[in-house]
Amino acid sequence: MRPVQPVQTGAGTASGEGTALAGEAGLPGVGAGPPGNGSEAPARTLVAICPDWAVIVAGRPPSAPVAVVSSNRVTCLSPAARAQGARVGQRRREAQARWPNLEILASDPGAEARCWEPVVAAVEAFAPGVEVLEPGQVALACLGPSRYFGGDRALALKVAAAVEGAVARVGHRPAAPADRPGASSGRGPDGQAASGWQGCCRVGVADGLPAAVLAAHLAGPGSPVVVPPGRNRDFLAPLPVSVLALSGLRQPGPARGAAEPAALVDLLVRLGVRSLGELAALPAPAVLGRFGAEGLWAHRFANGWPTRPLQPRPLPADWAVSERFDPPAEQAQAVAFVARALAERLQARLGREGLVCTRLAIEVETERGERLRRSWRQQGAIGAGAVAERARWQLEAWAQARREAGGAEAPSRAGTAKLSLVPEEVCPDDGLQLGLWGQEVGVAGRVARALARVQGLLGPGAVLNGVLQGGRDYAGQVRLAPWEGPAPGHVPAPAASLAPPWPGRLPGLAPALVHRPPLVAQVTDRAGQALSVSGRGLLSAPPAWLVVGDGRGARRSAVVAWGGPWPVEERWWDGGGRRRARLQVCTAGGGAYLLAREQGRWWVEATYD
Amino acid sequence: MAYEAGAVVERAAGAVLARDRALPLAAALAPLFPTGGLQRGATVSVGAGPGGAPGATSLALALLSAPSAGGSWCAVVGVPELGFVAADQLGADLGHLVLVPTAGQKWPVVVGALLEGLDLVVLRLAAEPRPAAARRLAARAREQGAVLVVMGAAWPGVDVRLQVVATRWRGLQCGHGYLWGREMEVVASGRGAASRERRVQLSLGAGDLGTGGLGTGGLGTGGLLPMAAPPQPPVPRPLAAGGPTGLAS
Repeated sequence: MRPVQPVQTGAGTASGEGTALAGEAGLPGVGAGPPGNGSEAPARTLVAICPDWAVIVAGRPPSAPVAVVSSNRVTCLSPAARAQGARVGQRRREAQARWPNLEILASDPGAEARCWEPVVAAVEAFAPGVEVLEPGQVALACLGPSRYFGGDRALALKVAAAVEGAVARVGHRPAAPADRPGASSGRGPDGQAASGWQGCCRVGVADGLPAAVLAAHLAGPGSPVVVPPGRNRDFLAPLPVSVLALSGLRQPGPARGAAEPAALVDLLVRLGVRSLGELAALPAPAVLGRFGAEGLWAHRFANGWPTRPLQPRPLPADWAVSERFDPPAEQAQAVAFVARALAERLQARLGREGLVCTRLAIEVETERGERLRRSWRQQGAIGAGAVAERARWQLEAWAQARREAGGAEAPSRAGTAKLSLVPEEVCPDDGLQLGLWGQEVGVAGRVARALARVQGLLGPGAVLNGVLQGGRDYAGQVRLAPWEGPAPGHVPAPAASLAPPWPGRLPGLAPALVHRPPLVAQVTDRAGQALSVSGRGLLSAPPAWLVVGDGRGARRSAVVAWGGPWPVEERWWDGGGRRRARLQVCTAGGGAYLLAREQGRWWVEATYD
Repeated sequence: MAYEAGAVVERAAGAVLARDRALPLAAALAPLFPTGGLQRGATVSVGAGPGGAPGATSLALALLSAPSAGGSWCAVVGVPELGFVAADQLGADLGHLVLVPTAGQKWPVVVGALLEGLDLVVLRLAAEPRPAAARRLAARAREQGAVLVVMGAAWPGVDVRLQVVATRWRGLQCGHGYLWGREMEVVASGRGAASRERRVQLSLGAGDLGTGGLGTGGLGTGGLLPMAAPPQPPVPRPLAAGGPTGLAS
């Protein structure tokens, strides 16, 4: 990888403009990388961009000083114009005044998208899963293709060659854009001008799409930037925060305007956070508190953590239904009554589209302007009755929270001024399969309501489902996940298979209590000496006493039977391995424990209660 | 006349007998309850007896194993360190078991909501509850037909009180062996039909012993898991001589 250089082509400015066309939304769902990636590292992504795409489409050679403008702002420059000093984001009039020889062209997004299509097809010919971010930018998940073509760098060079080959062919049969009277000089009639554009494609490879976009912007002709897996943080650390405003870095969400990243960059710079490394060093809760979701995204990005968007599929805002209360409603029951009518309206509207709502936000505005919002997810459609019930629980839970927080000043009398139901996730209505004999249906609804109510009281992570999976210790043999629905298909999928041998896994009785994290313990021999385990997995002496816990809560008991030690070595082949030895003991009081010796200390991993 | 007889028969068929209003129970646990089943609406406390033997969590998991395997929904509240592997060994269906690790100060509301929808709720408390809250929850269980199992603290006015008075471990010797089973002696008392004291020997084993995880004792033959021939397990062996040394110790 070549050394990181300052961001070129105007990306280092805080003007919020990228190098290629702005304003064209990419395909939905690209921002998360390929789906199904869970919370693990973001997928390896390759991004290829042609920074001068609009100029290429216009059929001008790189040596001609050309600027493409949109809304009287420069959006794309030819290399010759950049060499003169023009910048992306400049006003058209300023550029014209300073460089009178500059040829100004109006941007033609339709032609740019049309001409980009054969380029995408050229890449798709040898790599699947190619996605267009915007005309002039293309992304693909590159884990498989990289292995096939012999590494990220080899793949990057191959993609660059393919793109440049396709670009050369595009030039020979241009989209023949019509002259625009608004531009000072229309596009020329010459169609074979796209020569000399060798090296116009920049390729970057990194974990996740945003970092790959950035890497592509930093790449040079013929020298792709490849960020090694897991090194995003090191790659991003020296870069200025202004790169966050680069277009194409983040998909525009439904609630975000284009100005927001620029505003965030501006604020960060004014607060003295100048590089992404400095941003990454800040504590995440503080970043969320000060900068909101946008800041949290930037923080996760700077740290190299996965940055999946909160809302995978933007929905039109006008699907939300709302009702105002005048005078404000005091009783939760009255609000629930209206919620039912609203839910029926929403259902009818979605039903006409053949959709059902699977995640719904209930938003309440109080007469004092507070906004309270919670999202509800359900397997299958959310019925009107269920919405009414949830609205009531939600209001009651908030009223109780206010009472607990506010104490004597009785702030719970904040009436409801407005109630909105916002569908956050919809899916095609394919019905809900009922059991053949119908016995489970009523029960499942009852259980779902009860657990949804508990989730409303304590938060969605407070109700857990467990599923067994493969693992060496008892804590690792269970995967816990927030409860999502009563359908049997909704139990969490095990992360590791039960099937492969798990050396070190204990046979026999399983403990009823598994401590996460383990409790502190001390094990001593008859003489009161602390026990240790040698490198060959042998105890220094038979255990005689066990002390569980420390400080005042410690309990000491005599050991009457013991077995082990059994050494366990995990993942010694990579850096994250751990070594420990485990010991089962029974004590005089009838207790039985699973102990572990790790890092020179004894721990109680589990209690056989 | 025939019409009246038909009406009587119809009424009788519609009546629900007490023994039908019960959750299924593992056969080994049935002698602990006067009707031989886990009565819906009952409050059961599980704890250590005067001897102070451990085993309350295992006993509570044994109580919910048969209902959950039969399709009833069960919840465990206030046990963040619950061992799901042990629940699975005792025969519980993890697909019908949810865990609310900590309920904090809101536990009466949470347990009340769970009793409305689920069939069995196991609650572990750190401190004795206020009598009013306990009464309210017991009444909620009664009217909803759910079973409330309480452990960790004394609960006023329970229907059945289960106490573990002795426990013995099987398989672990001085320096060798591993735990593959246990025996518990459980004493049941309570009020009403349950007031007569009952004493049951339970044996809990790992599921791979072929005993179904849960057995009963005291049938003259000993009934406990055989001591003579414990299965030969794949006990992890100490590191081979050529292996890496220097275990963190």
